[in-house]
Formats: sequence, C-alpha cells, structure tokens
Amino acid sequence: MTVTTRLERPVIPPDARRPVRRRRGRQGRLAAVLLLPAAVVVFGVVLYPVVRTGIVSFFEVNSATPVTTPFVGLRNYHDIVDNHEFWATLERTLYFTIVSTGLELSLGMGLALLLNAPLRARWVFRAIVILPWALPTVVNGAMWRGVLNAQYGSLNAALTQLHIIGSYHSWLGSPWGALNMVILADVWKTTPLVAFFLLTGLQSIPAEIYESARVDGAGVVRMFRSITVPLLIPSISIVLILRTIDAFKVFDLVYVLTRGGPANGTQTIAYFTYVQAFSDQRFGYGSALADVIVACILVLSAVYLRALRRTEMSLL
Amino acid sequence: MKASRQYTIFVHVAAVVVSLVILAPFAWMALASVSQPTDLISVPYHWVPEHLTFFRYREILHGNGQDVAGAFRQSIVNSMIVASGTVLISVTVGIFGAYAFAMLRFRFRKVTMMVFLASYMLPPIALLVPLYLIMSSFNLLDSKIGLIVVYCSYVTPFVLWILSNYFLSIPAELEEAARVDGCSRMGALFRVMLPVARPGLFATIMFAFLLAWDEFLYALIFTSTNNAKTIPVAIADFSGRYSTDFGLVAAGGLIASVPPVLLAIAFQRYVVGGLSSGAVKG
Repeated sequence: MTVTTRLERPVIPPDARRPVRRRRGRQGRLAAVLLLPAAVVVFGVVLYPVVRTGIVSFFEVNSATPVTTPFVGLRNYHDIVDNHEFWATLERTLYFTIVSTGLELSLGMGLALLLNAPLRARWVFRAIVILPWALPTVVNGAMWRGVLNAQYGSLNAALTQLHIIGSYHSWLGSPWGALNMVILADVWKTTPLVAFFLLTGLQSIPAEIYESARVDGAGVVRMFRSITVPLLIPSISIVLILRTIDAFKVFDLVYVLTRGGPANGTQTIAYFTYVQAFSDQRFGYGSALADVIVACILVLSAVYLRALRRTEMSLL
Repeated sequence: MKASRQYTIFVHVAAVVVSLVILAPFAWMALASVSQPTDLISVPYHWVPEHLTFFRYREILHGNGQDVAGAFRQSIVNSMIVASGTVLISVTVGIFGAYAFAMLRFRFRKVTMMVFLASYMLPPIALLVPLYLIMSSFNLLDSKIGLIVVYCSYVTPFVLWILSNYFLSIPAELEEAARVDGCSRMGALFRVMLPVARPGLFATIMFAFLLAWDEFLYALIFTSTNNAKTIPVAIADFSGRYSTDFGLVAAGGLIASVPPVLLAIAFQRYVVGGLSSGAVKG
C-alpha cells in the first residue's frame, strides 16, 4: 500500500523523443512478462481457494469427503449471526486487538526513543531488543506457557520469593486473566518490531529541527509533542494498520498458550473458525466464518485508510 | 550538543531495565532446558540448579530417532528444506516482479501492487478449507513440496513489496547509465541493480526465511507425520502432549530459535533499513 506512493516518483524518461504511449506499451509487455512468475506463484495458489471459500459458505459441508452437500443459501451466515458464542468471540478478538495494539504502540514508542538515544554499546542493546521479534511465535507461546504455569512457572516463583504475592497464582486459570496473559505474551514479542519500525521514522527526522526548537526554548516534552509525534504520523499509521490486521488474525499464540481455554475465554475469531471447520468438520460454516473475518479485515482497513486520508498526513 | 549527565544516566538505566525484561523469560527458558526435571518443579524454586544436565539436548540431537526427540530432529530438517525452498523460489520470482514495479511504467501498476498486497493481508484461515481439499486431490498433503508451494504464495507478495522499495531507493540514473552503455534491461538488473541493492536483498532473504520458519497454521493442518512436520508444529505437539517436562519444550524451543535469532542479529542493521524503505518516505 505504501509502495504505491513511492512509485509516484517521477521517472525521467530514458529517451524523451519516442512517443510516450509506445514506450508505455513496450514497458507494459515487459512488465507483464516479469510479473508473470510471481503472479503464477501467488494467485495460482490463492485465487481458487478465495472463490471456493465464498461458494462453500453457501453449502452444508460436514466432511472432507462429503456424500451430499446440500445448498443452504445464507443459512451458515444466519447461524453465525444467531450464535452468541460468535459475538463473544468477536468481542474478545476486538479487545485483544485494541489492547495489544495500543500497548505495543505506546511501549514501542518509548523503546524506539531509547533505541535512538546515545547509548554505550548500542548494538548490544539493539541485538537484545531484536531477540523477541526473531523468536518463532510458537516458541514464544510455549515459553510463556512455562513462565505462567501455576505449579512450576517462574513468574510465580519470582513473585513469591520477592513477597509480592503470598501463594502461587494460576495465571491462565480464569478466562479473563488468561486473555490478558495472551496479550502480555503478544506485547513482549511484538513491541520490538513496532519499536524498530518507529525508529526508522525517528532517524529520518532532521536533527536541525530539534536544534532550532531548543534555541527557541522548547522543552523535551514540548519537542516530543510538537515535532516527534507529528513527523512520525506516517510510521505510526502504518504500524497501526499492520498490527491491527495481524492481531485480528491471531491464532498461533492462542493455540500454543491456551488452546482457546479456559472456558473458551481466549478463543479468538481465527481460533473459533479453526475449531468449527477442522475439529467439528463443519466446513461450510467454517468457510462462512472465514469470509466474515475477511470482511472484518476489509472494513478495518477501509476505516483506517479513510481516517488517514482525512488527516492528509499519511503516505497512503 | 552534549547530553546532560542526568539524561545519560536515565537512558542507560532504562536500557538495562528493558534488557532485563526482555531477557528474563528467555534466560529462564535456557536455564530450564538444562535443569533436572525434579529441580524444575521444586517449590520454593531454586534459580540456580545444583546439577546441570544436557540430556534433553543429547536426546534431541543424537537420540535413536523413534521418540519425540527424534521427531523433533526430523522437523528441524523439514523446516530447513521448506524455508530454504520457499526463500529460493519467492526471492527469484520476486526479483523480476520487483524490478517491474520499481523501474517500469505500465498501466494498472498501482492496482497490481494492491492486489498482491491484498493477498498478503488475507488471513490464512480463509484459504484453509479449499486448500486442504485441493492438496489432498493432488497428493500434496503431508509433503514438503506442498508446504513450499503454499508458503511461496504469501512470502512472494512480501518480497515484492520490500524489494521494489529497495530498487526505488537506487538512483534511477544508475540504471539509465548502464543502459546507455549498452546493457539490456535484464543486464542492468543483474549487473547494476542487484549488486547495489545487495543489503536489501540480504534483508529480504532474511525476512522471507523468518516468515517461512515461523508459519504455523498451514503446517498444522497440512502435515501429519515426520515426513513434513515443521518445527512450530513439533513444538506445539511437544508442549501439548509432554507438558510434564517443560525442560524438553524449552530445549526444543531454544534449538528452533537458533537460526532465526542468529539471522536477525547478523542482519540487525538491515532490519531497520528494510522496514524503513517500505514504510517511510525520506
């Protein structure tokens, strides 16, 4: 998405004498040839399933090798809207998305400033910060499952030995608590990525702006609010979009950390769809759910894009 | 400008605190992987185990291969093959496509890029059911080739995005000069653009590798035996079924983290550059 604006950069025509249209036509053919392999690799795999998911969602398919697949019209969608478990799932997913994205953005902002600060052995610090990002998501989930374990988890051990809590606490024991622990694990892993993203934005702000603001007597807080944040809006908005969409799709972490439990308390919409389609073998219903997810993501992206267009500060 | 002393101290203290928060769970996982199973579940917990034990690593790396540890070792090999194959294919087709996006002017260029990016945004869960059915009819279930085919479909748009931005950051005059000197477009791509964009190419390869290494949902559904199970699936199996010994999960998790963590640290400065070129103008 962002690329498109970069592509706006005027390219000086290699030889201006030739009529523009002919050159475009020739470049168009070459572009088609060059893009063909990528298009085959991507759409050869993606296109049919997208269409097929749409179609299957109107049928009742209850096995991978079904005998009969009656056409049921909109009944699968109707069942979704009627299912209060679906709404609870959607609510949880939105809570997870908003809280984790919010935390990652604010903590990532602080971390980006720290990464940009004049530190001794800065590369060591950067190497440490990059670690959670490089850790495979599944390993992250397994690790937190250990840390938060009620019997032998290190969080319980540390907190009791520091006399912060009296006895071992079951961190993943209640639905609400477990959901927040999933957020904790996600924030731990993803804040560094957000920070590195914002860091690149920070590094592109010319130092002279800060210099002149200082000469004019602006304080640190004032400079942060009046210079850093406005100039970071493009980076912030991109992080916001990417993180929101990613958080909305969360599956791996939930699968490894809690398996959706306890009492479905951490069941997000992607996990719910997975259970419906593959554990319960309701492929038609699962397909309808998948289309609902796609629709939600489209709506989210559209809302963001509109909001960003209005501010006229984005590159999108 | 000289930073004030207070500020310097504050920044360093903050950096140390952040480092501790980041390293603490990771360090404990490392410690758990070499602790005796009985020490691990002792209450109150002893942070420094009396005896270190490396039996889990031995089992995973040298075991006779029939048990969990052997399955895990096989999954490392599978992951290596799948991730490398994915990187090879998606970066190769991505180089040509990215060149077209960055250097050629053609109709529907924006729209085409948008469509590629939209396919990257699609949640895998939305494609899962039909893909499963197709792959079963092509006999691609539980095969590494099947996984590579599917992984390429979401890694390639990402490669196109990042790499075309790297190409855009190269001054257009450089390519023009090469063509004035008689290079064909492809000659210019391979003799001028790629060498100049080498840091970007490395970063792209790293990102692509990490994406493929990290993938879980497709692998979970499409693989069923040691024939194609990747590391994330093996670890999920581990932590589900063998949760009695967290140390084994920890050891497996650490081994699974070695390739991506080494790559990320080695290419650390490109990570910053790689993200920026796509994201921020200027």
